[in-house]
Amino acid sequence: MTIIEETSSVPTPRSGDSDTTPLLEVRDLHVEFHTRDGVAKAVNGVNYSVSSGETLAVLGESGSGKSVTAQAIMGILDMPPGSIPQGQILYRGQDMLTMSYEERRKIRGRKIAMIFQDALSSLNPVLSVGYQLGEMYRVHEGLSRKAAKAKAIELMERVNIPAAKARVNDYPHQFSGGMRQRIMIAMALALEPDLIIADEPTTALDVTVQAQVMDLLADLQREFNMGLILITHDLGVVADVADKIAVMYAGRIVETAPVHELYKRPAHPYTRGLLDSIPRLDQKGQELYAIKGLPPNLLKIPAGCAFNPRCPKAQDICRTDVPVLDPVTEQDGTELPGRGSACHFWKETIHG
Amino acid sequence: MGRYVARRLLQMIPVFIGTTLIIFLMVHILPGDPIRAMWGDKAADPAQVAALRADFGLDQPLWKQYVDYMWGLLQGDFGKTFGGREVADEMSEAFPVTLRLTMVALIIEIIIGIGLGAWAGLKAGKAVDTGVLIFTLVVISIPVFVLGYLARFVLADELGWVAPNVQDSTDYAQLFLPGFVLAMLSMAYVARLTRTTFAENLRADYMRTAMAKGLPRRRIVGVHLLRNSLIPVVTFLGTDVGGFIGGAVITEGIFNVQGVGNLLFKALQGREGSTIVGVVTVFVLIILLINLVVDLLYAVLDPRIRYA
Repeated sequence: MTIIEETSSVPTPRSGDSDTTPLLEVRDLHVEFHTRDGVAKAVNGVNYSVSSGETLAVLGESGSGKSVTAQAIMGILDMPPGSIPQGQILYRGQDMLTMSYEERRKIRGRKIAMIFQDALSSLNPVLSVGYQLGEMYRVHEGLSRKAAKAKAIELMERVNIPAAKARVNDYPHQFSGGMRQRIMIAMALALEPDLIIADEPTTALDVTVQAQVMDLLADLQREFNMGLILITHDLGVVADVADKIAVMYAGRIVETAPVHELYKRPAHPYTRGLLDSIPRLDQKGQELYAIKGLPPNLLKIPAGCAFNPRCPKAQDICRTDVPVLDPVTEQDGTELPGRGSACHFWKETIHG
Repeated sequence: MGRYVARRLLQMIPVFIGTTLIIFLMVHILPGDPIRAMWGDKAADPAQVAALRADFGLDQPLWKQYVDYMWGLLQGDFGKTFGGREVADEMSEAFPVTLRLTMVALIIEIIIGIGLGAWAGLKAGKAVDTGVLIFTLVVISIPVFVLGYLARFVLADELGWVAPNVQDSTDYAQLFLPGFVLAMLSMAYVARLTRTTFAENLRADYMRTAMAKGLPRRRIVGVHLLRNSLIPVVTFLGTDVGGFIGGAVITEGIFNVQGVGNLLFKALQGREGSTIVGVVTVFVLIILLINLVVDLLYAVLDPRIRYA
C-alpha cells in the first residue's frame, strides 16, 4: 500500500506533465511583515502559475510585492519578521509550505533556482566563483571537490564566459558586471532545475549587456524547457522574452495577459499608466507621462482599490470595494484566454 | 607582494631606532642613581661608585651610551644587569614562559570569545544575545587586577581547585587560570566584535543566495557566514597577541609567573636600564612582526585586498 502511495507522489518526467498540473502554482498567497510600526501587508492574495517552458513576467514598482512573492516561493523569506498567514505554493501539485525544512531545502537550487538582482553582493566575496558554482554539485550530488570544479568550468563555458578554465579560481570582484550576472545564471542553472526565478536579473547592468544576458537566459530556458518567472520593472525586457505577464500593485495582481495583448490593449489603468510612461521616439520633445503619487504605504493600504488615490479614472466605488481579478472579454462577450483585470472599469479601459 | 613585505621590513628600521631611543632616554631621565642605590641607606665609597659607573659605561655622554648600546645590540649583545648577569640570558628564560601564557590566553580567547560571539550573533535580539552583551560589559568594566585577585582568591585560596602560584611554567594546567585572567578582557571584545559581524553578515545578500542554493544550514553558517565574519576578528586577535605579551605584567604579578612581565617589573624597580630597553626592544620587534603577519593574513582572508 505504502509503496503505491509513494510512487504516485514521485514527480513525473518533465515532458509528461505540462498539460495537467502546472509546474508551479501560487494560490491566494499572503505575506505579512510584523514591524514595530504595525503589520506590513506585502502580498495580499496572489495567484499565478507557470508551466514547463513558459515564461511568466511579474511586473510592478518597488514594493509591489513581486520580490517578496518570489522569496516566499524559494522559502528564503526572513521569518520572523515575515509570515505567511494564508495561501499555498504548489510545486508539481505539492504544497511546499507544509513541507519540512529538509524537503524544501532539497527543492531549493535543485528544482527551483533563483537569480538575484545584484550579482556583486549576491555572490560571496571571499569564495572563488569555481567554489561557489561547484558547491551546488558537492552539496546536492555529493561530488568531490575536484569533480565539482570541472563541472564548474563546464558551466562557465555554457554561459559564455571566456577563458573559463583560467578564471575558475577568480573571485567575484574580478569579473565585470555582465560576467558576474552570467555566473549567477550559471549557478542557478547548475542542476538543470525545472523552474528559475529571475529577480530583476538585468537591473544592475548597462543596456547592451542587458540584452546579452536576457538572450542567454532565454536560450538556456528553451534548451532545458524550464519554467521561468521573470521579475522586473522594465517593460522593454519583458516584451522580448515573456509569454504572459502579471502586473502587481500593492501586493495584488491587478492584471494578467499574454504578453502582446497587454501592450496592445491594457485592461487596467495602472498598466496603462506604466505603458504611457515609456519614452517613445515618436513623441520626442513632449513631456513624458508619469503616474502621479507614490506607491501605497503597505502598513495602511487604501480602502477599496489600492490604486484609487493615483488613478485618473477613480470613482466612488473604487474607494469602497476591492475589485477582484475578473476575466476580460471582448466587447461581444467572446473570451480572451489568460486575460484578467482587477478594475471595476476594465471594460471602459480596454474598449473605451 | 614580495615588494610589499620588503618595504614593510625596511619601514621597521626607523621605527625600531625611534622606539629604542625613546625608551633609552626615558630610563635615563628617571630621577635617582641606580649605582648609588645599590648601597641603600649605607654610605657609599665614591671611588667604588665611580668605578662601577665606568664599568657600565654610565660615565659616558648619553649619545655615546646609546650608540654603544645599539652597537652591542647589532652584535646580539643586550648588555649586562647590575648584578652581572647577561640580559640576553634573563630574557631567554622569561620569554618562553610569557609566550606559553600568551598561547593559553589566545586559545581561550579564540574558543570562548568567538564561540560566545557567534552564538549571540546568530540569535541577535534574543535572550542569549542580551545575556552575552551584559556578560561582556561586566567583564570589560572590571579592571584586570580585580578580576585576577578575585579569581585567585576564590578558585585557589578558598576552593583550592588550582595552585595559587605557578610553580612550573611548562605545566599548561597551571597556566590555565592566569591565561584565563589575561584573556578575559580581550575575550569580551572578541565576543562583541564577532557578534556584530555575525549579525551584520547574516543579513547580507550572499547569505540569501547561499540559502537559495539549498545548502544545509551548517554549511551556510560554517562556510559562507564564518569566512566573511572572521576577517575583522582575526585582525583583532593578531594585534591582541602583542597586547598579551606586554599586558602580562599584572597577571604575571598576581600568579607569580616568572615571565617577561615580572622581569620588566623588577627591572623597573631596580632601574636596570639595559634590561628595560632590551625587553621593550624585543616587544617592539614582536609587535611589528605580528602587525606585518596580520596585514598579510588579511589579504589571504579577503581576496579583495591586494598589496602593491
